[in-house]
Amino acid sequence: MRLQFHIEGGDFVNAGKASSTVKRALKQLDVSAKKIKRVIIALYETEVNVVAHANGGDIDVLIDSDNIRLTVTDSGPGIPDIEQAMTEGFSTASKSVREMGFGAGMGLANIKRNSDSFHIESVPGKGTTVKIINELKE
Amino acid sequence: MNAEIVHIGFHHALKVVDELCIGCTHCMTVCPTQAIRVRDGKAVIIEERCVDCGNCCKACPVSAILIEQDDFEDIFKYEVRIALVPSVFIGQFPSRIKANEVFGGLKNLGFTHVIEIDSVVDMVQNAYDDFIDNYSGEKPTISTFCPAIVRLIQVRFPSLVNHLISVKPPSDVAAIYYRKQMEKDGVDPEQIGIFYVTPCAAKIASIKSPVGEKASSVDGVINMEYLYNKLLHLIMNREVKEVGEPYTGGLSSKGILWSLTRGESEHQEGRCLAIDGIRNVTEFLERLEESEESNIDFLELRACDESCAGGVLISGNRFLTVERLNSKASLSSNSKVTTLAGKPFDRELYALDAIEARSMLVLDPDRSVAIEKINKLEELLKILPGIDCAACGSPSCRTLAEDIVQGRAEPAWCIFLQELYIRDKRLSIEEADEINCHIWGKDRNYRSQSK
Repeated sequence: MRLQFHIEGGDFVNAGKASSTVKRALKQLDVSAKKIKRVIIALYETEVNVVAHANGGDIDVLIDSDNIRLTVTDSGPGIPDIEQAMTEGFSTASKSVREMGFGAGMGLANIKRNSDSFHIESVPGKGTTVKIINELKE
Repeated sequence: MNAEIVHIGFHHALKVVDELCIGCTHCMTVCPTQAIRVRDGKAVIIEERCVDCGNCCKACPVSAILIEQDDFEDIFKYEVRIALVPSVFIGQFPSRIKANEVFGGLKNLGFTHVIEIDSVVDMVQNAYDDFIDNYSGEKPTISTFCPAIVRLIQVRFPSLVNHLISVKPPSDVAAIYYRKQMEKDGVDPEQIGIFYVTPCAAKIASIKSPVGEKASSVDGVINMEYLYNKLLHLIMNREVKEVGEPYTGGLSSKGILWSLTRGESEHQEGRCLAIDGIRNVTEFLERLEESEESNIDFLELRACDESCAGGVLISGNRFLTVERLNSKASLSSNSKVTTLAGKPFDRELYALDAIEARSMLVLDPDRSVAIEKINKLEELLKILPGIDCAACGSPSCRTLAEDIVQGRAEPAWCIFLQELYIRDKRLSIEEADEINCHIWGKDRNYRSQSK
């Protein structure tokens, strides 16, 4: 099955809509609570990243019996130094974003930690694509 | 009973009385777990989904949803007949009626002792402290005080089952503790009958089919509404022979307020939240499931608005009940009360067994079949009108779609699709009438009546 979502840049109010929908589907598929949590954290953090840093983006979710594949693409500023961005605590979030409780610098590292397979590609000035695959089988 | 609706072995306290039910959908649309459908013009409760919150009962305009109770005469099977009452029981009576009149009235009715449940809250607190000290799981810990919430978490939030504090609620602790006390005092255990006076349906269900307990600690349940009527009648007619006192002495202010909103959370350590109203709780738990670090230590969750003061079997107004108990508590804090804070407690005795998840959301045990069902469900949602009119006998378009993919309903049950199918000659008027009769009963098929 396939689920697709569009993320609006700067719309923190609606960040999390995709993760809620994916969560419901995974519950309906009887995926274990632990595995659901990993997927939701990875997806939610990615959503927030796109809302905070990019002008918007798209989420594509493919679910089969064994795996969930999340592809998140944005047309944001891109990440010049991915290695640095993956470090915990590193954050470029603006003050106003931090005041909303986001941008603690846990984002990418946290997404990776909650992914079984994590792949990121970024072109400065063009945008970023994150591909996450998590197993759903016990 | 309707064949399309699967019934499995959970005991529920709520029953639809077919003779009274007018099939109006009020109960169906307020049910927080989408556990009600209308079939043959009557509300039908899906047992595996029902959490006994009692919202249906509150919403029913014709009192067609009954809350079962034990026969009051059952108390006379015992020599020592104990009424186990929560503080809201006294709180619901108008201020001019004194507590000792109510206690006296209970004796008139046949009880030999009155035990105020909330006299044991310090013991419950000790058990909480002990549990939380030894808890190494994810925060927050969640109170098991409210039985409807425990059931809600079991069916809808399986990932949170492990957060539940494994301590019995005060009613059980009180029953266990005082039964032992009486046995120590030489009362024949066979002759002790403890009857819980309940403000809600969920408590009855949890006593009849306990979650996390092998057997219930009480011998019977009496509906609070029933006793309220009996007592008020006695008091208004000045028939109370003599005023009485509870066996448990005075209540501490903590005890008086424990069953109200923030009654528990005020006394727990760290960042604590109290949420009442089952829809509010659901909304919050959805959120909690999605966030990794909540930084919350303790959650007090209650199904009813204003907690137990808003119980379906409480006759008094919930806001006035809260106000009366608050003023009672402010007076009580100055007077001497017996607490059980210093008493050693038996962890084994007051701990709950593991509470198991039993998700109602799973569409199929076979994942590839479940995926097919979700795909079909999403397709259906695109063609259903999305106005949640409930005319199909399901509470919302989404629930109808779920019922369809589970083989419990058909697309033509939607009145909008039905019109479309008739126009396209995919469905005859006769077939449509048959569907409508199946949902709404023969008496309400207006099309056939107008002929």
